[in-house]
Amino acid sequence: MRLDVILRVTTKLILPLMLLFAIYVQFHGDYGPGGGFQAGVIAAATFILYALIYGLGATQRIIPVAVIETMIPLGVLIYAGVGVYALLSGGNFLDYSRLSHEAAHGQELGVFLVEVGVFVTVSATMLAIFYAFAGRGRR
Amino acid sequence: MLLALLAATTVSVVRVRNLFAVAVLTGVYSFLMASVLIVLDAVDVAMTEASVGAGIAMVLMLGTLYLTKTEESRPVHTPVLPLFVAIVTGAVLIWAMSALPPFGAADTPLQVAGPDYLARSLKETGIPNVVTSVLASYRGFDTLGETTVIFTAGIAVLLLLKRGPARDGDNGEGG
Repeated sequence: MRLDVILRVTTKLILPLMLLFAIYVQFHGDYGPGGGFQAGVIAAATFILYALIYGLGATQRIIPVAVIETMIPLGVLIYAGVGVYALLSGGNFLDYSRLSHEAAHGQELGVFLVEVGVFVTVSATMLAIFYAFAGRGRR
Repeated sequence: MLLALLAATTVSVVRVRNLFAVAVLTGVYSFLMASVLIVLDAVDVAMTEASVGAGIAMVLMLGTLYLTKTEESRPVHTPVLPLFVAIVTGAVLIWAMSALPPFGAADTPLQVAGPDYLARSLKETGIPNVVTSVLASYRGFDTLGETTVIFTAGIAVLLLLKRGPARDGDNGEGG
């Protein structure tokens, strides 16, 4: 475990770039390819790479299992919450035009919030599945 | 060329008995598929295919291999019944394809709705990427469903996998 210096150093170098790329894909989804799903998977891949090199325990100290298990339903709740908010403010379910005074601006805000919800659920689910698999191998 | 490589990869996935090689080959398949999707100008889907298919799925498969043997065991049944099911399913699918409109026909819903979205999207949503606006806004209900599917899949995997280790060890983590 101590002989993989190259792997450890290289991982440290590319991890911030991977996370940055995930954030870029998330927030640039309005203009280029990508969105919540892709960004969530890339973010999960970042932590999975960290877990592969530095061990599962170190990763679970950064993102505990409890946080992951809260994030999985939280994303769906954010998404559905946007829909319910539109419903309560007099529109149809998921009618983002109601989120702001101007319809187009409300659409942008709605899509942004919805993508955040997708990101939270997808990244947490991917990481939870990985934790579940890797956690069994440890014994 | 890409499709020929795809076919070759598929055949090798079926033929090779070393599961480690199979896991890597499925990753190769995903990257080839992503290239095909880029050729088809579907960059969003290509991105998903590369990250999920070649990235996460391969890690999960290798993680599973770590728990089991790396050689595929010999099949105990004759392949006649599975082969029959596969042939019948394939025949039904090909038969159903004959009911589809011809490729590129101008009067299909795809050709009518596509330009409609292209014309409306920027004005109505202020989002230049039409893929995003269709996925998240016009088809927001579908995407909510997809997110729920991922949520359900995650819960199901956790239910199945988290139960196992706590039973045979007395230091169960709980939760």
